[in-house]
Amino acid sequence: MAMHQEELVDFDVALEKYDPVLGFEVHVELNTKTKMFSSAPNVFGDTPNTNVTPVCLGLPGVLPVVNKTAVEYAIMIGLALNCKIAERCGFARKNYFYPDTPKNFQTSQYDDPVAYDGWIDIELSDGEVFRVEIERAHMEEDAGKLTHMGGATGRIQGADYSLVDYNRSGVPLVEIVTKTIEGAGKRAPELAKAYVAAIREIVKALDVSDAKMERGNVRCDANVSLMLKGAEKFGTRTETKNVNSLRAVDHAVRFEIERHAAVLNSGAAIVQETRHWHEDTRTTTSGRPKSDADDYRYFPEPDLVPIITTPEWIEELRARLPEPPAERRKRLQAAWGYSDAEFRDVVNAGVTEQIEETIAAGTTAAVARKWWMGEIARLANNADKDVADLGVTPATIVELNSLIGAKKINDKIARQVLEFVVAGEGTPSEIVEKRSLAVVNDDAALGAAIDAAMEAMPDVVAKVKGGKLQAIGALMGPVMKATRGQADAGRVRELVLEKLGIEG
Amino acid sequence: MNQIIQLSATELAAKLRAGEITSVEAVQAHLDRIAEIDGGERGVHAFLHVNTDEALAVAAEVDAIRAAGGAEAEALHPLAGVPIAIKDLIVTKGQPTTAASKMLEGWMSPYDATVISKIRAAKLPMLGKTNLDEFAMGSSTEHSAYGPTRNPWDLDRIPGGSGGGSAAAVASFEAPLALGTDTGGSIRQPGAVTGTVGVKPTYGGVSRYGAIAMASSLDQIGPVARTVLDSAYLHELIGGHDPADSTSLNEQVPALIAAAEQGATGDMTGVRVGVIKELQGEGYEAGVQARFDESLEALRAAGAEIVEVSCPNFKYALAAYYLIMPSEVSSNLAKFDGVRFGTRVLPEEGPLTIERVMGATRAAGFGEEVKRRIILGTYALSAGYYDAYYGSAQKVRTLIQRDFDAAFALADVLISPTSPNVAFELGSKIDDPLSMYLNDVATIPANMAGIPGITVPGGLSEGLPVGIQFLAPAREDARLYRVGAALEKLLEDSWGGRLLDQAPELSATTTGGVA
Repeated sequence: MAMHQEELVDFDVALEKYDPVLGFEVHVELNTKTKMFSSAPNVFGDTPNTNVTPVCLGLPGVLPVVNKTAVEYAIMIGLALNCKIAERCGFARKNYFYPDTPKNFQTSQYDDPVAYDGWIDIELSDGEVFRVEIERAHMEEDAGKLTHMGGATGRIQGADYSLVDYNRSGVPLVEIVTKTIEGAGKRAPELAKAYVAAIREIVKALDVSDAKMERGNVRCDANVSLMLKGAEKFGTRTETKNVNSLRAVDHAVRFEIERHAAVLNSGAAIVQETRHWHEDTRTTTSGRPKSDADDYRYFPEPDLVPIITTPEWIEELRARLPEPPAERRKRLQAAWGYSDAEFRDVVNAGVTEQIEETIAAGTTAAVARKWWMGEIARLANNADKDVADLGVTPATIVELNSLIGAKKINDKIARQVLEFVVAGEGTPSEIVEKRSLAVVNDDAALGAAIDAAMEAMPDVVAKVKGGKLQAIGALMGPVMKATRGQADAGRVRELVLEKLGIEG
Repeated sequence: MNQIIQLSATELAAKLRAGEITSVEAVQAHLDRIAEIDGGERGVHAFLHVNTDEALAVAAEVDAIRAAGGAEAEALHPLAGVPIAIKDLIVTKGQPTTAASKMLEGWMSPYDATVISKIRAAKLPMLGKTNLDEFAMGSSTEHSAYGPTRNPWDLDRIPGGSGGGSAAAVASFEAPLALGTDTGGSIRQPGAVTGTVGVKPTYGGVSRYGAIAMASSLDQIGPVARTVLDSAYLHELIGGHDPADSTSLNEQVPALIAAAEQGATGDMTGVRVGVIKELQGEGYEAGVQARFDESLEALRAAGAEIVEVSCPNFKYALAAYYLIMPSEVSSNLAKFDGVRFGTRVLPEEGPLTIERVMGATRAAGFGEEVKRRIILGTYALSAGYYDAYYGSAQKVRTLIQRDFDAAFALADVLISPTSPNVAFELGSKIDDPLSMYLNDVATIPANMAGIPGITVPGGLSEGLPVGIQFLAPAREDARLYRVGAALEKLLEDSWGGRLLDQAPELSATTTGGVA
């Protein structure tokens, strides 16, 4: 993509001079059965324009009806974020023309959100807890999905035509808006990532969203501005839209800080605008100018009546909340027997749920940790992806572990198998079968390889005979080589001892 | 004129039940009447679409059920087999719905409005779709993209609007019943100037699902008929809670038929009728005022207690209405952009971007009055103007509601002329929007407060009908039927028959149609 190369200032240098101010708008798609205002199914991935009714197509004459479950989910999100719940709230129309918005207005909450004035504590990697204040969480409907055809970039500029899929139109969203976040300093990118991870963890625990960032279930708009250290007035902010992975949240905030610093250092002003995040280049580019005076001509939605929340209803919903994340972590750490450092690493890697599910599916806590924090983390790092996006599931690990337990494969082969899983070749068993990776523990085949090795290394044989059993390791190399790494090391050892008439 | 079409809906229904007439005969008689007087050069032009085949098929089905007898015949709705016309703002499967706009030319709705589902379930044959001002914006039906409807009393005059088609169809005996919609008087003002009956129910009393929205907080679907009793039957059929309309009242339809029957005795003893000081006198034609005064006398003579009430904030009603209504219009009509349905117009030159296609579509698809209101509403909602315009207008709305509350503390129903004037000549106000808007000065307050209103024929002024309006508190629609039926009875007694009996004969000769 042809792109203007942005001037950047090194991150650490930038933060010697400036303090970053952050703000986040996180959109959470709810996993209700039907849409926000219509009875159309809320299902991802179906044939375009099949999950629609006259209401979510905005046909003449239709009227919206609020999905009560969506309201309950929104209230539960508000409660989990320690928000106040409005006794009475309503919807407004946000008027703008765009073809993914069938009515040419979005029905959204405006000046009376269902939840407001909350907070969430974010634990950073060094164990420090950072409180993020929540301004509001409000309900709205998602737009349809535009696909721009032709042109080089897949963007609307230069496209020959565009296709629109209204399956997503009207899907319930809760938008969570933070107050401005000051004082994060150098940890701004880390805090950004941890905040979004925490929101994702909460909505997943509440079971109100599928919470898959790669599907857009959780989408983050990140606001960044810089102010000179000691200054009182915030700098001009930019809003980087649709940052759709945890790593990208970190990277986007970091990039904008580096870019802002360069612009400010040059004496120029930051343009208040939206920015597009590009995962491939890890850069942002200019979107459209955004002023606080964007005129959406909001007015109260006359087709809907206000939502009244009674204390009884709120308490009923509060009772449905799962264990708060902090308590849950404490409980899991104790149950798994991880050290503080080990557990914090697990949380920071965002694999708490994976480990929990892996253990629930039948492995030990140690095995689960070994895989998720070891080989899988390494593969994710190599692929520059989030662990969650790697395609490895708790089921993969359970299967892998039982193959090891059954001595079908050894640890080394298991790591290879995992790589093939990531490459999309199938389940571990399928891969072992297809690639003939099962370990060789056929005594005849192993015996031949051992005999050859012992013959080639008489001095080693002598050492073993002399009682230095650890010298057997030297025989392993040639045996493994002869069996293409598929020998069962334990069996090889037993056979060597047997052949030399030594008690193991 | 065929005697069948002279019958009121309830008279026709009785004859259908008695087996004296078949529904097919009734539908055919009305189709013949439409063919005779609707389409000519000076035809009434009440219909935009005539639904011949389906109407006859439904009629034949009703006839077959009746002929077979038994439980199914017993279970038929009282109005089964009685034909009805539908304002073309209400969506119908199997018939085009245009809202009298080029924007929806040829569009077929894939779904039925809730009121249409009820009409189908009750097996009323639908004769077709009636003309209106484009998207119901106007008081004369001259803003239809498909040409105006003519007033059966004088073919050179307007039939009122926006529901001029439904009112004219009923007044000219093309249909015994019709559906209208009333946002600021679109059922009642046409009823007044065509000598027919029209009711705007309490807001929320009839589902709006499937009525193409003009101003959501003001729109109501209601009955159009020649008698108060007919209106009551139709109102009870279409009313009631609808889960698809969040603003629909979650309660039973009131006993309207019983109320109309009670009123038909003509006894008004103990009923307090409040005369709204601000809705008479200056601005009201002398002939209108005279018929209004006579109606009051008739009610007083029948035992009503006449009291004067004052609604001082009504003087702001029209101005506030012309801020709230266009604001909602500007948003409700945004969906007409050529992207998903209806007309799509490509710009004549330059690139085909989405903005330019939307712009060209809306420029070509909407008429002048619609554009006027969209622009007005867009302005009124704009940042910096919202509080002064939309915000102030909403406050006026509250004041009007308070005026009504105070008035209904003194009176059971309120009374006023429905329209300050009789039907004016076609073309005489088309270039003067403000003068056109003044036609609704007496009907708008009811919409602003969400209360019900009825118009009943009040006599003639220089040979043209005058309408008398009653208003009742929200949810008290039954009171309107009681007093409406009483006034109808008292005045018909004084005239020695229906007002419509005094209307000129229409024929293929007078309308330039096909004999």
